[in-house]
Amino acid sequence: MASITLDKVGKIYAGGTRAVGDVSIDIADGEFIVLVGPSGCGKSTLLRMVAGLESISEGTVRIGDRVVNDIEPADRDIAMVFQNYALYPHMSVRQNLAYGLKNRRTPKAEIDKRVAQAAEILQIGPFLDRKPRALSGGQRQRVAMGRAIVREPAAFLFDEPLSNLDAKLRVTMRLEIKELQRRLRTTSIYVTHDQLEAMTLADRLVVLNAGRIEQIGTPLEVYRRPASTFVASFIGSPAMNLISRHAVPHLPGTAHAGTIGIRPEDLAVAPDGPIEMEVLAVEELGAQRLVHGQTGGERLTVTMPSGEPLPEYLRLAYRPGSLHLFEADTGRRID
Amino acid sequence: MKRTLFRNQLLPWLLLAPQLAITFIFFLWPAAQAVRQSFLRQDAFGINTTFVGLSNFKALWNSPEYLNSLQVTAIFAVLVTVLSMGFALLLAVAVDRMIRSTSVYTTLLVWPYAVAPAVAGILWWFIFNPTIGVMPYFLDVIGYDWNHISSKSDAMTLVVIASAWKQISYNFLFFVAGLQSVPASLREAAAIDGAGPVRRFFDITVPLLSPTTFFLLVVNIVYAMFDTFGVIDATTEGGPAQATNILVYKVYFDGFVGQNMGSSAAQSVILMLIVIALTVVQFRYVEKKVAY
Repeated sequence: MASITLDKVGKIYAGGTRAVGDVSIDIADGEFIVLVGPSGCGKSTLLRMVAGLESISEGTVRIGDRVVNDIEPADRDIAMVFQNYALYPHMSVRQNLAYGLKNRRTPKAEIDKRVAQAAEILQIGPFLDRKPRALSGGQRQRVAMGRAIVREPAAFLFDEPLSNLDAKLRVTMRLEIKELQRRLRTTSIYVTHDQLEAMTLADRLVVLNAGRIEQIGTPLEVYRRPASTFVASFIGSPAMNLISRHAVPHLPGTAHAGTIGIRPEDLAVAPDGPIEMEVLAVEELGAQRLVHGQTGGERLTVTMPSGEPLPEYLRLAYRPGSLHLFEADTGRRID
Repeated sequence: MKRTLFRNQLLPWLLLAPQLAITFIFFLWPAAQAVRQSFLRQDAFGINTTFVGLSNFKALWNSPEYLNSLQVTAIFAVLVTVLSMGFALLLAVAVDRMIRSTSVYTTLLVWPYAVAPAVAGILWWFIFNPTIGVMPYFLDVIGYDWNHISSKSDAMTLVVIASAWKQISYNFLFFVAGLQSVPASLREAAAIDGAGPVRRFFDITVPLLSPTTFFLLVVNIVYAMFDTFGVIDATTEGGPAQATNILVYKVYFDGFVGQNMGSSAAQSVILMLIVIALTVVQFRYVEKKVAY
C-alpha cells in the first residue's frame, strides 16, 4: 500500500519528440486513478514510466516516500496488467502466478498459499494446471490480474486491460476489476481510451491530451464541469454539443463566451424554446432516441424519449444552469 | 487451402513433369542404383558383377575404419552443431538488443552463407596453413605449435571451425526471426516479476525459442553430416590417419578413389537411412513436442 506522486514528469524521446510534459498528479493510498485520453496522448507512456519500463526524462516519480526514477521495475513494488495479458505461454496458470514470487525467493508454502488465495478470489482454481492458450479471453484476463494480486504490491498498473475483450465481457470484467480494487484497497493506475470505462472505474479521472493534463477530478466533477472544450467533447456519450456563440446569439449570459456547450440530455422540446433546430437524422436506441440536427450552421444532438415521428423543425429549451461557457481562443472554461 | 480444379487431366501432369523428371533422374534413380549396387560385388575393371547379399553391410560392421568414421562423424556433427548454433544465438541476441542499424548487421552476418563450402574450406585452409597461415603465426606466439597436417585434433578443429563458420549465418537468421517473435511485453512482465536479464533469457526467451532451436538442431546435424563434404575435401581430405574422415567423405573416397563400389554403395544406403530417420524426427516432433 502506498501513495504515488508524479511531480512535473515529462518524456522526451531520443529524436527530440516530446510525448509527455509537465504532468503532476498526487495519488492517495488506495485510490483508483484512471488516465484517459485519445490514442497518442501519452497515457501509456506515462504508465510505463511509473512501471519503470520507460526512462523518466524530466521530473520525479515517487512510490510511497521513495523516488523511483532510477529503480528497476522489479524493485518498485508494483504489478502491471498488460493489454495482451503477457502471460507466459509455456507455463501453466499456476506457474504464471508463482513466477514473480519464485524470483523473490518466497518460501514454497507461502507461494502455494497466495496462489490458492488469488485463485479463490478470481475463481480460476479449476484452470490452475492449464496453459494460457487453453483459456478463454476472460479467463486469461483473470489470470493476468491474479499474477498482479499474488505479489501483494504497493500499486496495480493497468494498461488498457479490457481492450482485447468483446463488448459484453468488457462490461463484466470492468465490474470485477472495480470490486477487486475496492476489496484489496490497492492503489491503482488504469489507462484507457474508453471514456465509459474511465467514468465507471475511477475514483478520480486524469484527462490527457497531447501529453498534457487537461483536467483532474472525480468522474462527476469532470462530467459536470469540464475544464476545456477538449474534456467536454471527450467525456460523456453522446458527446456534449459545442456550438459557436454566433449560432445562438440571443442566449442570455453568453456574451463573453466563444463556445457554448450543452449536453444532449439537457435539451428538451419546448414550443417557446430559444433554439430552433432543423432535424437531419434520428437514431432510435429503444427507450431513447438521439436526434441530430443543425442550428445556425452548427451541428446539434438532442436526447429525448422515443415516441411520435418528428416534424422537420423543433424548438428546443435547455435546462436552466446547464450551459457550459468556454473561451474562444484557448477553449478553457469560463466560470 | 485453395483448390484448383483442372478440366483437362493432362495439364496437371504436364505442369508437374519438370519437377518429377528432376526428382526421378537426380534422386530416385541414383538412390535405386545405390541400393541395387550395395548388394553386388564388382571386380576392379567392372567386368564381373556378382550378387553377394548383405555381405557388403556385414563387412562394414566388422570394419574398424568404418566404425572409426562413424565415431568421427558423431563428434564432428556435435561440435559443428553446438558451435554454430551457440555463436548464432549469441549474435542474434546481440542484434535483437540493438535499436538501430539492425538490418545492416543482419545483412553482413548473412554473407558467409553465400560462400561455397569448398571456397570456405580453402579460406580457412589458408588462414590455418602451418607454413603461410596467419593463425599458426599467432598461435606460435602463445606457444602452440599448430599443424593440422600431422595433428589429429588440429585437423578436427580446422574442419569444425570452417564448417561451423559457414552455418552460423543460417542459424543466425532463424534465431533473429525467432527472437523477434517473442513479444516485448513478456520480457517486460518478467522484468516486473523480478527476473533479471539473464533469468529472463533462460526462463522466457529460451523456452519460446525452442521450436526454432529444435528445427535448427536437425538442420545442423544434417548439414554437418552431408554438406560439409566440400570443406573436408578442400582442407584435410579425411586425414591425418582418418581423423576427419566423416561418413559422407568415406563414401566418396572408397567409391571414387578406392573403386570399391559395393562398399561405397552400402555406406550411402546407410547414410540415406540416417537422413530418412532425421527427417521423420523433424516432421513428427518439431510441431508437437517442442511447441508450448
